[in-house]
Amino acid sequence: MNKLVYADNAATTKVSESVLNAMLPYFSESYGNASSLYTHGQNSKKAINAAREPIAKLINADPTEIFFTGSGTESDNMVIRGVLNSVAAKNKGRNHIITTKIEHPAILRTCEVMQKQGYEVTYLNVDHNGVISLEELENAITEKTALISVMAANNEIGSIQPLKEIGEIAKKHNVLFHTDAVQALGHMHIDVQEMNISLMSLSAHKIHGPKGVGAIYIKKNVFPDPIITGGGQERNRRSGTENVPGIVGFGQAAQDMIDHMDEDNAHTAKLSKRLMEGLLKIKKSVLTGHPTNRLPGTCSFAFEAIEGESMILLLSMKGICASTGSACSTGSLDPSHVLMAIGLTHQNAHGSLRLSISKYTTEEEIDYIIESVTEVVARLRAMSPVWHE
Amino acid sequence: MYSEKVMDHFTNPRNVGALEGANAIGEVGNLKCGDIMKIFMKIENDIIVDVSFQTFGCGAAVATSSMATELIKGKHIDEAAQLTNKAVVEALDGLPAVKVHCSVLAEQAVKAALASYYESKGIDPVSILGELSCDGDCDHCHPQE
Repeated sequence: MNKLVYADNAATTKVSESVLNAMLPYFSESYGNASSLYTHGQNSKKAINAAREPIAKLINADPTEIFFTGSGTESDNMVIRGVLNSVAAKNKGRNHIITTKIEHPAILRTCEVMQKQGYEVTYLNVDHNGVISLEELENAITEKTALISVMAANNEIGSIQPLKEIGEIAKKHNVLFHTDAVQALGHMHIDVQEMNISLMSLSAHKIHGPKGVGAIYIKKNVFPDPIITGGGQERNRRSGTENVPGIVGFGQAAQDMIDHMDEDNAHTAKLSKRLMEGLLKIKKSVLTGHPTNRLPGTCSFAFEAIEGESMILLLSMKGICASTGSACSTGSLDPSHVLMAIGLTHQNAHGSLRLSISKYTTEEEIDYIIESVTEVVARLRAMSPVWHE
Repeated sequence: MYSEKVMDHFTNPRNVGALEGANAIGEVGNLKCGDIMKIFMKIENDIIVDVSFQTFGCGAAVATSSMATELIKGKHIDEAAQLTNKAVVEALDGLPAVKVHCSVLAEQAVKAALASYYESKGIDPVSILGELSCDGDCDHCHPQE
């Protein structure tokens, strides 16, 4: 099978042609160090600053509030570590973070490190749709709370959080609000001013940009402690010679989102609907995550009596790239923390399948996926001792 | 991640499905750990004349079940009782470290089926097979958890 049907766009995306073309001159033509004073270096600096603009525009921020990092994970680390270690938090004795049980490991593992260092962390529950309770959030806030960190949309199940309402609560209690928008950027409208967001983690490779470049939005007058110190790049927020081609690529990817995100999202939403309708015809299958308020291209399912890794392997033989949150895929006893948090049974969580589609996905591919998944599920159920119709 | 042999046994599992006329059946694992293996045997004059399996689990779980049935088919029950997870892993040209527990489950599934046969004959299986270690105690396979 030579066919490649890429349905794992929540993992990463194809670099678009426009992004690739924008990046290419910055490898071997305009390769100067942005810190150098001669024109060759200053051209790189100009390119970096130009890339800030579309990213800022996409989230309604000021370009001076955008700082480039090496990944979404680095941005998340910078927020959690940097806010708790900031002068402002220390002066006010604020040593508490509120986050959720369904965050990306970049947040969860970092919070665990901070707990070991003596900081306090509250992990909010989510309902069966994967959405937090605003009441629980507000009740968790104390005078020690330095930060609320709630992801904009979940990477496994696509559920979108009530960002505007969370922002209102954060503002009311004078607490910083961070959102990990790595998965959400370009797939939903985010307005940092309307949503009162103080910090936001972003990544290029989920929106047809290159891997290895992230960004962080930091509202004016917010100063998380830098976690990478050195030459003082990015106005002392993040040292290290800038990944100029990567940053240029991120800027182009953001510009493409500004120009086309509504049509792209309409396309993926339409195909998602077709995919969901097709796969939910399979007996004892469920859609996981919020039924409607979810990222347009992220479709997540659970199939009873079969195991996810087996599904992925068989789909891979048919050329289909997908992912699962089963325990066997994580190398641990427990299936995905997200699927457990929304209250799936172990059995269903083991049989989870995420198919995430992009602007490049076609209707023919969706039909091929439906046909293939239906066949694979039937094949695995036929050998499953726990399958009963 | 998997050897060619594992992929072969996963994609073309041998002896899969329930076995009609089975007189020894063993099931191990649980839904929590994400692997359940059920082995069916037809034993005549202490010879395993036919064997099959049903498995809920990952690629390694299916492949180890399949290989385990291949290794004991046509064998005397005393010989089958000696099957080790190591033999299953070797026959599959190795397994990733995180998947070795699947081979333990396959060994235990074979022993559970043999135990049911001994019991039906009024023989205490523990004296021959020892204690079966998969009784839903996941720590056995996941000591790090």
